[in-house]
Formats: sequence, C-alpha cells, structure tokens
Amino acid sequence: MKIRNIVVRRLLQLVSVALGVTIINFFLLQLAPGDAAQVLAGEAGAATPEYMAALRAQFGLDQPLLVQFWKYILNLAHFNLGYSFRHGMPVAQLIGERVPVTLLLMGASILFAVVAGATLGAIAAYRAGRIADVVISTLALVFFATPLFWIGLMLVVVFSVWLDWLPVGGMFTIEAGYTGWKYILDIARHLVLPAVTLGLFYMAVYTRLMRATMVEVRRQDFVRTAVAKGARPPRVLFAHVLRNALLPLVTMLGVQVSSIIGGAVLVETVFSWPGLGRLAFEALFQRDFNLLLGILLCSSIVVIVVNWVVDFVYTRLDPRIRFA
Amino acid sequence: MNKTVFKLLAATAITLAFSANAFAQTRGGTLTAIIQPEPVILTSALNTAAPTGFFSANVFDGLVEYDNDFKLRPALAESWDVSKDSKTLTFHLRKGVKWHDGKPFTSADVKWTLENVWKKFHPRNQIIYGTVTSVDTPDDYTVIIRFSEPSLAVLSSLNSNGAQVLPKHLYEGTDILNNPYNNKPVGTGPFVFKEWSRGNYITLERNPNYWDKSKGVSKPYLDKIIFKVVPDAGARAAALEKGEAQYAPFSPVPLKDAERLAKLPGLKLETRGYDWISPWLFLDVNVDRPYFKDARVRQALAYAIDLNAFNKVVWYGFGKPAISPVVSTLKQFHTDDVPKYGYDPKKAEALLDEAGLKRGADGTRLRINLDYLPYGDDYKRSGEYIKQALKRIGIDVNVRAQDTPTYTKRVYGDRDYDLSVVWFAGFADPLVGVTRAYWSDSVGKNIPWSNGSGYRNAEADKLIEQAQSSASQSERVALFKKLQQRVQTDLPSIPLLELHFFTIQAANLKDTVAGVDQIYSSLKNAWFDSAPKVANAAQATASVTPQAAK
Repeated sequence: MKIRNIVVRRLLQLVSVALGVTIINFFLLQLAPGDAAQVLAGEAGAATPEYMAALRAQFGLDQPLLVQFWKYILNLAHFNLGYSFRHGMPVAQLIGERVPVTLLLMGASILFAVVAGATLGAIAAYRAGRIADVVISTLALVFFATPLFWIGLMLVVVFSVWLDWLPVGGMFTIEAGYTGWKYILDIARHLVLPAVTLGLFYMAVYTRLMRATMVEVRRQDFVRTAVAKGARPPRVLFAHVLRNALLPLVTMLGVQVSSIIGGAVLVETVFSWPGLGRLAFEALFQRDFNLLLGILLCSSIVVIVVNWVVDFVYTRLDPRIRFA
Repeated sequence: MNKTVFKLLAATAITLAFSANAFAQTRGGTLTAIIQPEPVILTSALNTAAPTGFFSANVFDGLVEYDNDFKLRPALAESWDVSKDSKTLTFHLRKGVKWHDGKPFTSADVKWTLENVWKKFHPRNQIIYGTVTSVDTPDDYTVIIRFSEPSLAVLSSLNSNGAQVLPKHLYEGTDILNNPYNNKPVGTGPFVFKEWSRGNYITLERNPNYWDKSKGVSKPYLDKIIFKVVPDAGARAAALEKGEAQYAPFSPVPLKDAERLAKLPGLKLETRGYDWISPWLFLDVNVDRPYFKDARVRQALAYAIDLNAFNKVVWYGFGKPAISPVVSTLKQFHTDDVPKYGYDPKKAEALLDEAGLKRGADGTRLRINLDYLPYGDDYKRSGEYIKQALKRIGIDVNVRAQDTPTYTKRVYGDRDYDLSVVWFAGFADPLVGVTRAYWSDSVGKNIPWSNGSGYRNAEADKLIEQAQSSASQSERVALFKKLQQRVQTDLPSIPLLELHFFTIQAANLKDTVAGVDQIYSSLKNAWFDSAPKVANAAQATASVTPQAAK
C-alpha cells in the first residue's frame, strides 16, 4: 500500500475514534447527578439561589444540552478544548501543565518495568526450575497480586518514615529552591517511589511473560541451529532468543501505556504527584466536564498513537508483519 | 525581712525577664502547611470553601479580627459604631494601609466590594447585607453603611472570611467571577502571593510593609508559607510525622491516627481556633415521608441513639453530644432549656407503637435508607452506628454511599431520601449558619446545605425573620432561644454532636491560635521556636542533605 494512503486512512481513523469518544463521553457524563455549580456551592458551605444562578450562567449550564454540545464540538473543530470555569483557566493550558509531569512519571515507571521485568524474566528463564527462578517467580506473583496503593503506602512507611532515605511525596523540595543539577537530582529522588510503585505491577507482568516466552523460544529449532553453528551465548540470547521473545512484551507495553492514566490516579494521590490522572479524577468528582472531556479526548488520542507505534515496532521486530 | 522580700522580688523579676526572653518571638523560617482539598479559587469573598478561607486570610485582612471570646479586635477598621436604631454602621479605617501592588487602601475599596461582591456573590453575606440601602464614603477612611432594617448579625461576620475587601482598582468593570486576580490575589494582608502550581503547592512570602507593628515588632514573623496539596490521608500523616509539613488544619488525618501523631514528641494536636465555625453534626429527617410526619417518630429516633457512646466509638471523643443546633460554645445564643432526648430505647419503642408503627412479623417496623455526607470515613461510620442503634428499636436502615454532587442533589433537590447525616457550620451568629436548616423558604430548591428536612413551621419562620431584623441584641438572643425550643420539640433534624475539629502542627510552631476564627484568619502571629526539643523537622532536613549531596 502507498504511504499516502496509509497516512490518510490512519488519520481518518484517528478523527473518527476521537469524535466517537467525545460524543459518547459528553452524553454519558450528563447522566451523573448534579452539576459543577452545585459542587462549587456545596464546597462553599453555603449558597443562595442567586449565587447558584450566577455560577450556572457563568458556566453556560443554563443553556439547553444540545446547544452546549454544539458549542463544544465547534470549539473542538477550532482545536480549542474549551475553558475550565472551575479552575479559571483554558483546558489546554491545564492539561499542558500536567502532561510533562505525567510523562516523567510514566516514562520512569515504564522504563523501570521493562528493564527490570525483562531482565528478571530472562534470568528466570535461563535458571528455570532452580532457586533464582523460584524466588523471582514468587516475587512477581506477589507484586502481581498486591494492590498498587498499598504497595505505595508501604514503600513510604519503610523508605521515607523509617529509613528516612526518600521524601514522602511531592515532586520537588519547594522550600529548598534548588536549581540546575541539584534540582534534577531532587526531582529524581522524589520520582523513585512513585515510579517504582506504578511500575511494580507491570514489572511482574513482564517478568512472567518474558520467562514463559523465553523458555518456549529456547526450545525452538532455530535456537538449536544457532547454538549448533557455534554462535556465542550472548549472541544467541540477544539476537535469537530475546528478539523473538519481545513481541508479546511489546503488546503488553502498549496496554501499559494506554492504561497508565488509570493506574496513575492512585499513585499520584498517594505520592501527591501533580499529574494528569489526579486532574481527571478530581474533574469527575467536581463535574468539571470541559476539563474531563479534554483529558479523555487527549488520552484516547494517546492510545491510538501508541497502538500505531506498537504496530510499527512489530514490523521491525518481525519482518513477516506488515504496517498498514 | 525587707531584704528577703527584695530578694524574692528580684528573683521573680529575673525569672520573669528570663521567661519573657525565652518566649520572645523569633523572626524567620518557612512554614509548610498542608492544604486539602486544593482550593478552587484563592479569594474567599467569592467562594467560602474551607481551604480557600484557610489560605485567603493570609493574603487579605478583614475589617476586624475576633479574639478568643468572640470580641472584635481592630484590623482594617480601627474602630466602628452602631447607631441607636441599629440601622447605621460606621467604620473608621486604618490609615496608610497599602495593597500588595502599592496602591493605597481606602473606603472606596470597602464600598465597592460590599456593593458588588458581598451583596451579589458572597454565599453567606446576602442575608446580612440584603437590606443595605446605601454605602457612603465621606472621606477616604470612613465608611457609613445604612440599612433599611437593622442587621445586627453583620457584627459576627466582619473578619477576612466574612468581609474580605477586594482591591477596587483591579476588579472594577471586570467579570468578577472570571477576574484573573481571583487566582493571583492582591490583598493588604501579612503575606504576599507568589505562585500557585496547580495540584502541587501555593507559596506566600512575608509582606515587609504590613501595618501590624505592635511594640516595635513588625509582623508577620514567618518569611514564607508553602501550602502543599497532599491528597492522601496516609501521606499527610507521614509528611507530618517526618516534619516535611508543620501545620495541617481541618482534621487532616483519620481520627484513629490523630491520637498516635499527637503523642509524638515533635507534634502537637490543637483543637482551638474552630469555635467561630460552630460546627454541629445532625441527622436530617425527611418530614415529607409519610412515616416521618409524626413528631413522635422523629423523637423516637433521637431516643434510640446513645450520643455518648456514638461520640466515643465513632468520633474518638472529638465531639460533644449536642442538645441544640446552636452549639454550647456560642454562650450568648445557646440555651440549655430545650426538650432533651437522652438514650432511652424503651421510650423510643413506646413512641413508635403510639404512632402506629408496630413491629411486623419479622420484628421490623420500618425499612428506610440513610445517606451520609461523603466527606470521609467518619461520616460513613456515623451512618453505620445509627443503623445499629435503630435496628434495636425495629427500624431497618440501609446505608447508601455516593459522591458529593449526587448527595446534595438527592437531599436538597430531589428530596428523595429518608435520613441523612451531615454537619453544618453554625457560625458566630445563628442567623448566618443555623437558621438556614429550618427556614421553610429554601426547601427543595436544590441549594446545598439549606433546609434538608423539609420542615415548614410558621412560628419558626416568624422567629427567624424577627431575629434577622431586630434592632436589639438581647431581643435577638431571646428569639433564638425560642427557636431552639421550637425546633427541638418538633425535631425535623436531630442534633448529634458539636464537632471538635483539630489541627496537627509541629510542637515548636508557636502562637498559631489568636482567636475563635483562627482557622479562617492569618498566621501572622505564628513563629518557630528553634528550641532543640523539636529537632524533628531539622533532623529530617539534615539527613536529607547528605543524600542530596551524593
């Protein structure tokens, strides 16, 4: 197929999925009882009918639903995600502020999960049935089964409160006013616990996956051939076994990236990490639908793009698969 | 003899001098406070939510401050007079006060804020300033407010939370609710706004030009305040324990953790500073339900709940059994002379039998739902306790959970509920916080925290209206006492506890409570005593530094 056709087809796919997601979300969210004005008045601890009416008029909630919807779609057509009246800021700006913070956490946790998971899985596969394998498999099972937030809290209790090695939460030491390398180091120290917490579950998944596939791949004829023709063990491992064992891991990686906003809600809450997951979660409870729709739309685009990347990586790992 | 006396005196003088010295406030230091949930907006003139109020008072002064006995203390207003007929209120403003951007603060700011913000947007003030006919400013430092009817409740709400003055020069002619300065406030207060990183922190710095310079010492003492957003209760406890935060108001950790934290050497639990809010927890009864129309049934519910045990078991003693919606700390308005409903399940059963709600074949008289305020575990457990208590008298309760907008719509809008556990702030004058729970005008209008029970009583309405416009405080007191007797007889909602909120703070952070409304006023009096006793915070930083150096 021609490149141009592929691009057009993929873009159409992106737009239609994004539009579908928006329409469904917009009307689905209307099912939630109460509105943003009610939440604000509720938080204020007191209200009068005039105050509520002023808020509704400000938010545009006094207009018919279809008018609100039409306005929203019109805004989107101009690449405008709308305005969060609750925060008094454009939605794009709110999301833009949180994206780098979330990407940092996501990137660190994925990196940790993939590197640790693949390594542990490979070790377990090469030592299948021996003590190292038993230890690794048990640990993987434990992390697979334990809830995220609990692991997070336990890590805080052990590493922050008891051992006093790492900070309890937040993204950097605000009062210290670090700059340059000190600032980067400070962020790194704050990043360790949330990234590990968020990554542990997927690390466990990758370990199990990697172990299973490698055990299987090592038994295949082409590996025996490679060994027979005298390839050195590292080459057998990296060029023959690992490359073929990576396919399922890449699939899982796509799933992890797509689902990370959901998992990030808990971790961002436990570690006071100012990320996108928490923003989405709070927007739901605050009925800040412009903001929530914006986040959902952006994450649906992320999911689509990640799927493309996964498809593309497949073709590099396995030339038999074509990108279309 | 004389010599001994002299020696004694000298010794006392020395001790006094020493202790005075020991308590001299030291300047400097950064306070990290926990603010939770994150405020929506940083000006409490437009939104009276608790976190906004807690933050905002540090940037904005009120016209007055309150001391520990609800008495008024000068702030932006140096003095005030009420006319004989209570229809004119005059404020004499402090001279030489500047906004943080350098512009002078004048009577025009007060007039503009009253007419455009307090009357229109302030969620509580409309009942107080509704009858204002004119605001005169004969000069830059005098404000004369004229009312068509007396409004004495105004005196209870003149602090930074009730009467926050906004800078006219930044707000006039703008869309007030959308003004960018709502989120980068410019005030006259002891601290100047620096930065708000959403979902993360807000920073304030010391205002070097602050007007409060008593006895040669210029306030505030702290250099900087950082308000950290810490959404998880476990993380809040850890941050306090580790000294990463030194001040956390509004019962920041679960009640069962509070006791443990209070015992740590570096921390202190403080329950003062919340009296101005006058919070009471109650059980709203939907009187529109056929089975709750009879007052005897509602009284039976009250007899069935052992409030002492409830306070101990559910609230870990952080409360006091309530006999009236006006809490006992409001000594002026509270009355003891009301019908009381001590724990008496037998009487409860007798009343239910009388009212015709007999036990069925399975021993159950009634099956109902209970909704609780979704503000955390304490309210859920309150609901569960009431479920157990009512089961004993043959009422089967199903406890329901939901999020806040669903809850407020159900109770105040749809009115589709039976019982609801909720707390209200009564504030320093019952007119501001208590009467809204009983005034028939707001039933079913979907206004959160209004009359949820659906109580419509002509006598109660009349008492409220009279108290609103009475020119004499003693008459108002009598009216409120009558109102308490009325509603405690009819019992549309059952007072459960006077709540005691608490602050967890570092033990070396001194003078954090200066009045009954401390939680909604500034930390200008707070200072760090660097006594070695509390090396908690210092220790934490010390052990962090070598790590960072690696």
